[in-house]
Amino acid sequence: MTFGSIDSSYTRRTLTRSARTLASLRVDGPLLVGLALIALFGLIVMYSASGRDLGSVLKSATRLGIGAVIMLALARVKPGFLRRAAPVIYALGIVLLIVVDVVGYIGKGAQRWLDLGLFRFQPSEIMKLAVPMMCAWYLHERPLPPSAGSLMAAATIIFVPVALTIAQPDLGTGMLIAIAGVLVVLLAGLQLRIILALAGIAALGAWFGWSFLHDYQQKRVLMFLDPQSDPLGAGYHIIQSQIAIGSGGIFGKGWMNGSQGQLEFLPERSTDFIFAVIGEEFGLVGLALLIFLYLFVVGRAIYLAMQTQETFARLLSGSLAMTFFVYVFINAGMVSGLLPVVGVPLPLVSYGGTSMVTLLAGFGILMSLYSHRKLIRS
Amino acid sequence: MAANVRIKDQWKEQRLFEQRSLAAGAIIAALSVLLLARLVTLQVVRHDYYTDLSQGNRVRIEPLPAPRGLIVDRNGTVVAENRPAYQLELVREEVPDLADTLKRLATIGLIPAEDIDDARKLVMSHRSFDSVPIRLRLDDEEIATFAVHRFEFPGVDIRTRLARSYPFGELAVHALGYVGAISEQDLGRIDRAAYSGTTLIGKLGVESAYEKELHGQNGSREILVNAQGRSVQRQGAFVPNLRTVAPVAGDDLLLAMDLDVQKTAEEALGDRRGAVIAIDPANGDVIALASRPGFDPNTFGRGITRVEYKALLDDIDRPLFDRALRGTYPSGSTIKPAIALAGLVYKDVTPDDHRFCAGVYRLPGSSRMFREGRSGRHGSVGLVDAIARSCDVYFYDLANRIGVDHISTFLAEFGFGSVTGIDIGGEKSGLLPSREWKRKAFSRPQDQVWFPGETVNFGIGQGYFLVTPLQLAYYTSILANRGTAYRPRLVNGVRDPASGEVRRFPPKKELRVEATAEQWQVVMEGMEGALRGRGTAAATAGRNMTYEIAGKTGTAQVFSVGQNEKYNEHMVPERLRDHSWFIAFAPAEAPRIAVAVLVENGGFGSTGAAPIARKVMDAWILKGGGA
Repeated sequence: MTFGSIDSSYTRRTLTRSARTLASLRVDGPLLVGLALIALFGLIVMYSASGRDLGSVLKSATRLGIGAVIMLALARVKPGFLRRAAPVIYALGIVLLIVVDVVGYIGKGAQRWLDLGLFRFQPSEIMKLAVPMMCAWYLHERPLPPSAGSLMAAATIIFVPVALTIAQPDLGTGMLIAIAGVLVVLLAGLQLRIILALAGIAALGAWFGWSFLHDYQQKRVLMFLDPQSDPLGAGYHIIQSQIAIGSGGIFGKGWMNGSQGQLEFLPERSTDFIFAVIGEEFGLVGLALLIFLYLFVVGRAIYLAMQTQETFARLLSGSLAMTFFVYVFINAGMVSGLLPVVGVPLPLVSYGGTSMVTLLAGFGILMSLYSHRKLIRS
Repeated sequence: MAANVRIKDQWKEQRLFEQRSLAAGAIIAALSVLLLARLVTLQVVRHDYYTDLSQGNRVRIEPLPAPRGLIVDRNGTVVAENRPAYQLELVREEVPDLADTLKRLATIGLIPAEDIDDARKLVMSHRSFDSVPIRLRLDDEEIATFAVHRFEFPGVDIRTRLARSYPFGELAVHALGYVGAISEQDLGRIDRAAYSGTTLIGKLGVESAYEKELHGQNGSREILVNAQGRSVQRQGAFVPNLRTVAPVAGDDLLLAMDLDVQKTAEEALGDRRGAVIAIDPANGDVIALASRPGFDPNTFGRGITRVEYKALLDDIDRPLFDRALRGTYPSGSTIKPAIALAGLVYKDVTPDDHRFCAGVYRLPGSSRMFREGRSGRHGSVGLVDAIARSCDVYFYDLANRIGVDHISTFLAEFGFGSVTGIDIGGEKSGLLPSREWKRKAFSRPQDQVWFPGETVNFGIGQGYFLVTPLQLAYYTSILANRGTAYRPRLVNGVRDPASGEVRRFPPKKELRVEATAEQWQVVMEGMEGALRGRGTAAATAGRNMTYEIAGKTGTAQVFSVGQNEKYNEHMVPERLRDHSWFIAFAPAEAPRIAVAVLVENGGFGSTGAAPIARKVMDAWILKGGGA
């Protein structure tokens, strides 16, 4: 007991000091720890999924580092500035999306990137943040639940970038952008009857939209409905990832021992399908642990969102928190065969792209919105 | 308007947001449960199923072909074996420039220039890491050439594989058969799984008939492969336990054949077209089975070229045609011993019945004349002499007395009109005519009647009656045994190559021609007489005998001579000349060998076939075979 008291007082002192440091950085400790654990797990898996390529691990770590820096920077930015900047960022994003589409049209093919010389840049990623920001900005000064007019305006804010993104074509990102925007509107208190009516319209829209999908996009949906119909073609991804997860069992085959991943039966094993590698090598236990970490992060983020006081902050941080879960669910659902294959990476774990940076930037904004709240409650 | 103006109520909005967040939390919880349920389904409930699938994904089974059994003759001489053959193989991904590599290989003469395109296509049709044979059958000189240039050809190397080899080439090819690439037809009769990894299969002869024994059991080896099918050594840090099932070599076949006798037979036939079959009457062992001309079976095992195959097909002498089993010819006079026996058994003749032969026979009640084949007139002859001197007139009369029904029934007991059941395939059953056969064989009613003149011709083995050389040899062995038959067989045992243990097949006793000892004795004396004194083969096969031979000559007409013409051998084109037959067994009283010899267009039996039969019997008897 005596050791305990010494030990606990030391711990308490250390923790207090850390908390103070974090507070001064405007960073939320539990959220940071949750994100860090996910990222660490991701890097360990990356080493195996990349075929023991340290280079891939380092690149991932670098991106996470860049994302972390941006997150810390954004956490210190005042929410008022973020709100005022929202329309500007949104407008800039629209322009860049148009540029990408035009370049892609000239280049005759899918075009998602802008080559800025130093680095390549995916404007649709900005939109993942800019659209909920813009929606929250718009609804911030209007009474909630939103009126019909506000809804039309919000719908337009969402529709334009989504349409531009799907035209690239990038169905997955387009959907994610739409979801981020729609979540803002839902959190703003959209009436249930309107939600149901819109769901009906969406179903009709999907029916019409089907004919506008590219062949490969249609095929992906069809394959999801019956993967066995084309086991070596479009259904291959789904079948192989289910074999990987299923053969992993409860405890998995062990780190770097997953035959599906190691022997390259599993396509995109370090990117979109890394969830299956975890399932194969770490089993149900590994996946459950990862899902628990994600839920912890989402839960903490929602809690933070509920603590904020302004409409803009609430709507935006709530949307960011839930979008994060949507990412996780779509990726895990697609890899385990619950959802069709859409190119959505597993947040903070999948190799590549700007998505890691965007996600961490989103959490930076969330931290800023929370940490700058007025401490006196009304 | 005023009604539309709403004021922001921070407190109410806060509550609304909290409600929505809680609802979202509930949805998130529900979706998470759904996801976990899905994972439990995959990883717990269906774990075994997916484990099997993943095992199938990473472990590929590579067949290990079993070595084919050897074929050895009765003295232990190997006549079919497996020898290493050298071939040039190329691995595409290791070759810097495929087109250039092939061109340079052509320049140093390792592949024909006109094959470059085919070779490129062949290589491109395989996976980039597969080793593809681009040139088979390298000879020593080519191997040496490549050895000198090897360093210039990364990704190209010489590989060895086992190929079937027949050290004696053409010798006994129709009996042995050969191996060739597995065809669509072959696939229908084999268990495909058992043949995975096997590229060659027995075609014809013993190689085909004993395919099951020769083939053995292929083994297998599990190899770890990645998604591209490339063999890899390990998977991550883990080296799995892979199973290997060793192949079981095929059984060696023990031929009844004596290679010395076989060689004697083929050399005696020489360039002539014909067949020789020698059977041990005591058990049906086929001592020799020759059909000339033959062909080199090695070309098939190595991969025969189209040109080579076309040449064989187009050869006017039809070397691919097995005359011994598939050639059907009129028996000629070789059938007379059986007709004589039929006459005795049906009591249509006694040994003392004499006929006067004036060189021509007139069917009672008809103006039709039947001529003596060769020797003009025999004067007064008895049954024994009629056989020995092959008197057609005697047998015209005898056949007429026995009648077609009895002749046909009796000859069937010797196996005519049906296959002998020899242990290799492809045998023809010949044609044993009868009234009933004729009724069915012809469409016009006037042709469906059996004419008495046809019985007369039947008596000397002419007309519709057709036999194969094998049937005649079988018939000769039954004569030698005085009625007992053994089914002919080329293989009389198998040997396990691992233990050396030999399993002999029991001889198969089959049918029995019923006749009294006295009746057999008459026929034996007739056949022995053929090689003595005034007998037809006395001057040829019967010359300087050191043991007693019983035989019978035969001459089968190819070309019909008109009623009033005389056949003159020199006036007839070679391929229309008579076929020459000789059947014999020896020693006459205790036979150890029964032989049938056919020489196509060989003229008279005594001059064409008889000397060959004698050489074959000498080769066997004088070295003590069958004793």
